[in-house]
Amino acid sequence: MLQIINLHASVNDREILRGINLTINKGEVHAIMGPNGSGKSTLAQVLAGRESYTVTDGQVMYNGKDLLDMDPEERAREGVFMAFQYPVEIPGITNTYFLKAGLNAIRKHRGLEELDAIEFLKLVKDRAKIVEMDETLLSRPVNHGFSGGEKKRNEIFQMSILEPSLAILDETDSGLDIDALRTVSNGINKLRNNENAVLLVTHYQRLLNYIVPDFVHVLVDGRIVKSGAKELALQLEEQGYDWVRDEQPAVGA
Amino acid sequence: MVKKTQNDSPATAWYVASFESFAKSLNGESASFAHDLRKSAIAEFEKLGFPTTRDEEWKYTDVSPIAKLKFTPVVSHKVNGVTAKDIEPFTLDNLSCHRVVFVNGHFSKELSQIGSLPAGVRICSLAEAVRNNDEQVKKHLARHVEAGANAFIALGTAFLYDGLYMAVPKNIVLDLPVHLVFLSSGLETEFAVFPRNLIVVDDNSQCAIIESHVSLKNNVYFTNAIAEVVLGSNAIVEYDKLQLESERAFHISNLSVSQDRSSSFTSNAISLGGSLVRNNVLVVLGGEGAEATLNGLYLGTGKQHIDNHTTIDHARPHCPSHELYKGILSGKSKGVFNGKIKVRQEAQKTDAKQTNKNLILSDEASVDTKPQLEIFANDVKCTHGATIGQLDEEAIFYLRSRGVGIENARDMLIYAFASDVIDRIKVEPLRELLHEMIHDRLEKGRQGS
Repeated sequence: MLQIINLHASVNDREILRGINLTINKGEVHAIMGPNGSGKSTLAQVLAGRESYTVTDGQVMYNGKDLLDMDPEERAREGVFMAFQYPVEIPGITNTYFLKAGLNAIRKHRGLEELDAIEFLKLVKDRAKIVEMDETLLSRPVNHGFSGGEKKRNEIFQMSILEPSLAILDETDSGLDIDALRTVSNGINKLRNNENAVLLVTHYQRLLNYIVPDFVHVLVDGRIVKSGAKELALQLEEQGYDWVRDEQPAVGA
Repeated sequence: MVKKTQNDSPATAWYVASFESFAKSLNGESASFAHDLRKSAIAEFEKLGFPTTRDEEWKYTDVSPIAKLKFTPVVSHKVNGVTAKDIEPFTLDNLSCHRVVFVNGHFSKELSQIGSLPAGVRICSLAEAVRNNDEQVKKHLARHVEAGANAFIALGTAFLYDGLYMAVPKNIVLDLPVHLVFLSSGLETEFAVFPRNLIVVDDNSQCAIIESHVSLKNNVYFTNAIAEVVLGSNAIVEYDKLQLESERAFHISNLSVSQDRSSSFTSNAISLGGSLVRNNVLVVLGGEGAEATLNGLYLGTGKQHIDNHTTIDHARPHCPSHELYKGILSGKSKGVFNGKIKVRQEAQKTDAKQTNKNLILSDEASVDTKPQLEIFANDVKCTHGATIGQLDEEAIFYLRSRGVGIENARDMLIYAFASDVIDRIKVEPLRELLHEMIHDRLEKGRQGS
């Protein structure tokens, strides 16, 4: 589904990603872990198409297409979704209004009928249950005045509506208390299937107790220095990142 | 004493001469009380002349394009072939309002539809009320504006003739809003109209008024509008203004509001049209506990110049005032906002809040914004804030990342910015009409770019 080949990216002439190689197949869950400033969030943002990052080298293929060539909205329509680490507050636009516009743009792109207001409302009510989202938040302006936990929940709620093939979750666990973490993780697990894939970007192992990854990758200084099975996450939790930092890039370089 | 003004300019002379022929056309009416007001006002105008940008109050708005053109005042009523169908796009549903239509500044009985009114309520042409020597009109007309305050008030008072006269006696709630449609039909010559509204709402009464300025043709004319609104104690008035003049028109307006104890006045001023626009609003909080809310939205495109000057005069204690003006400027348009808050010495416990927010959508659009606080009391709360910015790139990216196209994302944000003001309007059909208009405007802008 996704092949990242020797990806280099910089912001303001500072190189942050320095040769990322990663392949994700349908049905897989990958976790990217790493210390602060290692480039985890940058990778997520570059995949989602944020324009403040410049890709200086490398390639990203998504379902056989050049992902880097697509506008952010095109990526979304092709099935890429990023749950933001810091969801943006947008006063004046209601959650459901913008989400309906997004969903219908995606459906149109895929040659599906657009949903009318009633069909959409039904879908919304159904999916709000999955993430146990307070329905009053749906008609409020996007993330405006939401608590940290409500914002994260809203991201997963949006994901449940848009049904992406590739979900990139950028530190979705940060700032969540244990109950919220459990509901959000449950929501994500319910949305998993053999046809989609999840890329979890996280600082802590905690989330991986709930969403069990098939692969764990350690990102240090813009490179994946180690990859392994889910046990790697536990080892990182116990020993910290210093021991992997000393290891030389395992792949790619 | 020689005061340095344009008083001997051709522009001043033109209006003085026009006034003489206007006075002659009045025949017997020139003996009325209103004519005394006119005569002193034209003298005042002659003394003042048009302001220049050297005048602090007009620093950012150059009215010389108005002074340069010879606008002919429209002194008589001509329907000019305007039909109900022509005004349809600008009007609200018959059932949802009382409609009072003025064509080129003069009341049109044919086009107006005033429904049944509670006993004692008057909604009629000001010219008619003046002819009938109405006592209330005598008492209030031109008493709430000062001809000497600026040249346009003087000029408007000199040529005052028609407009709305509305009186609501005590303890009456008017269910339907009153929709004033000031329509310019497009005459051959460049013309000037002087709409004059007087609205007196007595104690414990409530009503809503919508003042629309619209045009059938895209021609050059000059609207110089004056409205006086008087609120008795506990009266509640919503005054919405929709300025949709032709792209080549000049629009200068002065709205003066006098509020008695515990009354509540809200104005929602929407400026969409006109090439050169200046709106002055003056609210005098003259009774304890009176509350004023001034909201505004201005959308500038092309080379439009839109200036909003507001003054809230806190004359008595315990009066809250709230002000929110928002501007969206694209093309080479220019916005001006000047918000003066005056707190007199005895106006303790004043709570005044003023906000001006501007969205600049192009490199060549600009805005000048200035709060002006004159505070003479010591126990008051006054806050003000102004922002000038572009669309939030973070928000655009967020919307795009959910599949929304970039143009649509931008429009959504602009629309949301505008809706913040529109949604404060309580008259629902007007709110709907405005939502539609903003929507169309964005669509048109997108096709144009």
